Amino acid sequence: MAGSFTRMIGGRNGAVLLASLGAGTMATGFLMSDNPLAAEVRTKLYPPSSDFPDLRKHNNCMAKALTPAIYGRLRDKITPNNWTLDQCIQTGVDNPGHPFIKTVGCVAGDEESYEVFSELFDPIIKDRHNGYDPTTMTHPTDLDASKITNGVFDDKYVLSSRVRTGRSIRGLSLPPACSRAERREVERVVVMALAGLKGDLAGRYYGLQDLTDKEQQQLIDDHFLFDKPVSPLLTCAFMARDWPDARGIWHNNEKTFLIWVNEEDHTRVISMEKGGNMKRVFERFCRGLKQVEQLIQERGWEFMWNERLGYILTCPSNLGTGLRAGVHVRLPNLSKDIRFSKILDNLRLQKRGTGGVDTAATGDTFDISNNDRLGKSEVELVQMLVDGVNYLIECEKKMEKGQDIKVPSPVTQYRK
Amino acid sequence: MAKNCHNDYKMKFSGDEEFPDLSLHNNHMAKVLTKEIYAKLRGKSTPSGFTVDDVIQTGVDNPGHPFIMTVGCVAGDEECYEAFKELLDPIISDRHSGYKPTDKHSTDLNFENLKGGDDLDPNYVLSSRVRTGRSIKGFTLPPHNSRGERRGIEKLSIEALASLDGEFKGKYYPLSGMTDAEQDLLINDHFLFDKPVSPPLTCAGMARDWPDGRGIWHNNNKTFLVWVNEEDHLRVISMQQGGNMKEVFRRFCVGLQNIEGIFKKHNHGFMWNEHLGYILTCPSNLGTGLRGGVHVKLPKLSTHAKFEEILTRLRLQKRGTGGVDTASVGGVFDISNADRLGSSEVAQVQMVVDGVKLMVEMEKKLEKGEAIDSMIPAQK
Repeated sequence: MAGSFTRMIGGRNGAVLLASLGAGTMATGFLMSDNPLAAEVRTKLYPPSSDFPDLRKHNNCMAKALTPAIYGRLRDKITPNNWTLDQCIQTGVDNPGHPFIKTVGCVAGDEESYEVFSELFDPIIKDRHNGYDPTTMTHPTDLDASKITNGVFDDKYVLSSRVRTGRSIRGLSLPPACSRAERREVERVVVMALAGLKGDLAGRYYGLQDLTDKEQQQLIDDHFLFDKPVSPLLTCAFMARDWPDARGIWHNNEKTFLIWVNEEDHTRVISMEKGGNMKRVFERFCRGLKQVEQLIQERGWEFMWNERLGYILTCPSNLGTGLRAGVHVRLPNLSKDIRFSKILDNLRLQKRGTGGVDTAATGDTFDISNNDRLGKSEVELVQMLVDGVNYLIECEKKMEKGQDIKVPSPVTQYRK
Repeated sequence: MAKNCHNDYKMKFSGDEEFPDLSLHNNHMAKVLTKEIYAKLRGKSTPSGFTVDDVIQTGVDNPGHPFIMTVGCVAGDEECYEAFKELLDPIISDRHSGYKPTDKHSTDLNFENLKGGDDLDPNYVLSSRVRTGRSIKGFTLPPHNSRGERRGIEKLSIEALASLDGEFKGKYYPLSGMTDAEQDLLINDHFLFDKPVSPPLTCAGMARDWPDGRGIWHNNNKTFLVWVNEEDHLRVISMQQGGNMKEVFRRFCVGLQNIEGIFKKHNHGFMWNEHLGYILTCPSNLGTGLRGGVHVKLPKLSTHAKFEEILTRLRLQKRGTGGVDTASVGGVFDISNADRLGSSEVAQVQMVVDGVKLMVEMEKKLEKGEAIDSMIPAQK
């Protein structure tokens, strides 16, 4: 009859307990009915206000957007996969952030998270994506690489070119939420599709669990191997569970097209090569993505996408195109100029060290990439990167000759 | 506390499709969990929403060490030990020397039953300490509890501890909002606990929302210390310099009984049953949850060929002076009881007292260049 919860609390003592915790009428009701669903009882015992996180020392997008009112309305909701708001925000609660870097502070557990918890996600998206309003705007997708102009850089300055994005498989939970079977299903679907790639895209899959020492060393030497996440931003979002089960790396034989399976997203897709031929890198990127999409569609699967948010990925910062197009570029003179940051800002570019996000630049070589992800198409973003890098190289050349440079006017924001 | 993972959705997949890959694993959970047990338990959930996948996540994520056998699972609430008994009973048996599902555990916190313990040689025994944990009925455990629950535990604990008197009069220091001065002092006293970084703990969800609801209470004499909401609801520690384990244990028992009395008055007694004793988060701490130990100088004995053998026979274990998983420094070891379940608090502390006394005598003999073979005890 009574569930073990009632056994634990026990009869009249239970009512006294509940009453003392301020659950007056609930206590009486509890005695009257036998309520075996203790989780339900406890939801009433602990109103949202008792669970609201302490965000006073926090500086991330989630902490800025989450109010007690929003939390009160969303706490007891669940997505069809039983994912909750508390699970979305756990990483942001656990990682107050950095005074200088504004992290997002929440993740989606599935496609529906962005709908069920839209009251929280929409303002975060607007904040993170420079005013893009998911309630009124639509996101354009354009993977026609032929539209790119001036996309071949001077090799003297640009050492390598790279474009990356992510794709999620519709119908399966995202890395924070997925069960082992779901994750293995993602791996199965993706690996089967990739096996159908031909020509310059033909390649091979390396499951992390089955790597031989030799294969592992080769992948490390190629800078392809990804390791178990150690960043608390990711581990607190439950993304490292069951490592290395169903994680792996696929790359084509030419080592210019690479896919990570089940790292921070279902898939991360990377096209890259040495030198400055961004146009070719982007062309291969688009072609590869379209072929993979076709291959999974043949088997009844599709990517998560909608016209409000574009491609759906785990972190709200990667919505839209999920695209980061970048180069490693030498800018010995320009990087020392006081106007360097402003120039990058106006071109809507960001700089990173050559080790990737959160690394410092070594010497005069920088990783320069697009800032934006959502609200502009892939073609638009890559063209902006191309135009921007060309401008930076021009500046560098001018400075080499002792000429002065100009700070460009800011690139326009969204089409309304 | 909604469910930690979406059990209903993954039921679309078969047990085999969900079963973890434990081929590289060496922990108690991995040794016990079979596809049959998993299939039987995977559809269950405790009333508060904890599932078998939640129980084993830490063991799946942490394959273990070839030499140290970790437990590899945790309880999310009191009911876990019942709901998942097919998995937890064999693990408990493995970890606690064959303890059977039908065995009864005896609790004895009557410090007067301890014989001796006030005469451990302070030239060798530098400090003495007894710790245990307690879980508060009506709340789920650290891997599972919500912020509201954790704060509820903290609030109750503060009330209970504030009413202690005499030698137990003290103060609570919440981790949130601690001043730098308070923090420095607590560090110098070796009282401050920090956010867990050990993967077996973080993968079990115990560091969530840090430092919300966590804190340290200690008496003014700095000999009785309570950790709130670290790895268990409460960790209770009695300690002092020197070798008077009798006094440490007296204070431990009296303090615990005072605290328990106050929690009971609030209708939140400690989780306990006659089979498993005190219920704690990690199955390794069931029973007494007691670790009684000393820091003792044994430079000669510790390098003796039979040292490990002696410890095993005395049912003791060694650790470095930094605690579990640290190495010894300068021949000083942390020696404590190995058992937790199946013997009482008095019995376990008695083993420490008797065992350490014997080992100090052995050390003295070795100093004089004499042999100790005749002193080596039989298996306790």
